Amino acid sequence: MRILERFGEQTIAFLEYLGGMMALIGESIRSLVHAQIRYAETFVQAYELGIGSLLIVLLTSLFTGMVISLESAQQAVQFGIGSLVGGAVTYTSVRELGPMLTAVVVAGRVGSAIAAEIGSMVVTEQIDALRSMGLSPVRFLVVPRLLALAIMLPLLTVFADIISILGGMWIAQAYAHINPASFISSARQAVGFEDVVKGLLKALIFACIIAFVGCYQGLSTRGGAAGVGRATTSAVVISIILIFGTNFVMSYLLFGGH
Amino acid sequence: MEPTIYASLDDVTLSFGEHVILKNCNLKIVRGAITCIVGLSGAGKSTILRLLDGLIEPSSGHVYVDGHDLCHTPERDLVELRQKTSLAFQFAALLDSLTIGENVGLPLREHTALPDEKIQHIVDDALESVGLRHVYDSLPNELSGGMLKRAGFARAIVTRPELVLYDEPTTGLDPIVTNLITDTILRLREKLGGTAVVISHDLHSIFRMADYVAMLFEGAIIAYGPREEIRTSTNPFVQQFLTGSEVGPIPV
Repeated sequence: MRILERFGEQTIAFLEYLGGMMALIGESIRSLVHAQIRYAETFVQAYELGIGSLLIVLLTSLFTGMVISLESAQQAVQFGIGSLVGGAVTYTSVRELGPMLTAVVVAGRVGSAIAAEIGSMVVTEQIDALRSMGLSPVRFLVVPRLLALAIMLPLLTVFADIISILGGMWIAQAYAHINPASFISSARQAVGFEDVVKGLLKALIFACIIAFVGCYQGLSTRGGAAGVGRATTSAVVISIILIFGTNFVMSYLLFGGH
Repeated sequence: MEPTIYASLDDVTLSFGEHVILKNCNLKIVRGAITCIVGLSGAGKSTILRLLDGLIEPSSGHVYVDGHDLCHTPERDLVELRQKTSLAFQFAALLDSLTIGENVGLPLREHTALPDEKIQHIVDDALESVGLRHVYDSLPNELSGGMLKRAGFARAIVTRPELVLYDEPTTGLDPIVTNLITDTILRLREKLGGTAVVISHDLHSIFRMADYVAMLFEGAIIAYGPREEIRTSTNPFVQQFLTGSEVGPIPV
């Protein structure tokens, strides 16, 4: 009986979460459609959330490109297909690892920061104060963060793709003596402009996931400082799981197994 | 002349799960008067302010402000109604990222098309009213508790609302600042001429500023009337509360 009760409670909690999230997305879209956008705040958020994440994204992408190249170059040279390493590194970076790793890094850094900031505002009654003044917390807080991430995450992904490929090219040359010209030629054959656009579309969807989950967890914070801690952790965990799941679905839909 | 009612709670019940906060609660707020609500900690006094501000909805009953029933009113319409009401929060609830001047001017910037110079002038005037003109460019974390509360008052009155709700304005302050806050509330009422509801535990301050006093106990208003009537009330609950005695009908 207790198991059934628990199952029922969890189901209700899940449906409440889903309903709350849908309401948040709906209100955000309404604000965007009515052009109720705080441009100055969006710019500040774009700088803080985007530019602030640049270094960590570049470093993780650089090492990722380098390790893919390291693992593939040695084997490829042994089998006499060293000229394909450029294609392998670029293919994985642009279509999968670039958008996904950038999103995971940003979810860890920015998703948690959004949840913590908004969660603190909830426990110090600042959100109630906004509502009391007749201001929508969604328009005031969610929409600028959503827009900032929707602009900055694809941009960060472009930088991540480039630095990952450059890192891979450097290791391919230094470790397996693969000529940069051959590396670039292979990369251009393996990946087209369409792949880059699809990778950036993934980044855009991941940006929405990070913004909505971070904001929702922040806005649903209950219970003081401990509640802020829980909201922050949940924001990161839920974002990362959703990013991985969505990445699989999008890869299937966009690339169709090709 | 019969006093007119600006706001009221009609048979309001509010519960969260099995926890009942207000039970068939009735309260009338007289137009142009200061009504103080007293009661034990956790009795639901701040909840009444949130109901009057439309921040929460009762489980049953009705909340009227200036003739409008706030219950079951769509959020979009509440936004307009809330501009007639202002809530000064217990800990001010100023936005951390904005300066005091920006905080106070926020409702004007968001709801009016006034030019920046005019907004600055109104904000300066609001800060002057609470004796804080010199902190315009300070951040909230640079102010003391009493100054924060007064900055919160400035934000609450900057749009000249018809109803100002003060949530425990004197709690946690020393007697001198408590007097200053009480004076400020009285001065603001004189200046704005509106209606105010004050939640407080400070009896000295309450009997200085209140026109009417209501006592909340176990989710309902058990005593209500002009301040002198309450001060001299023979109601044993009121007597025990006013004297602070441990002996009486209120369980300690």
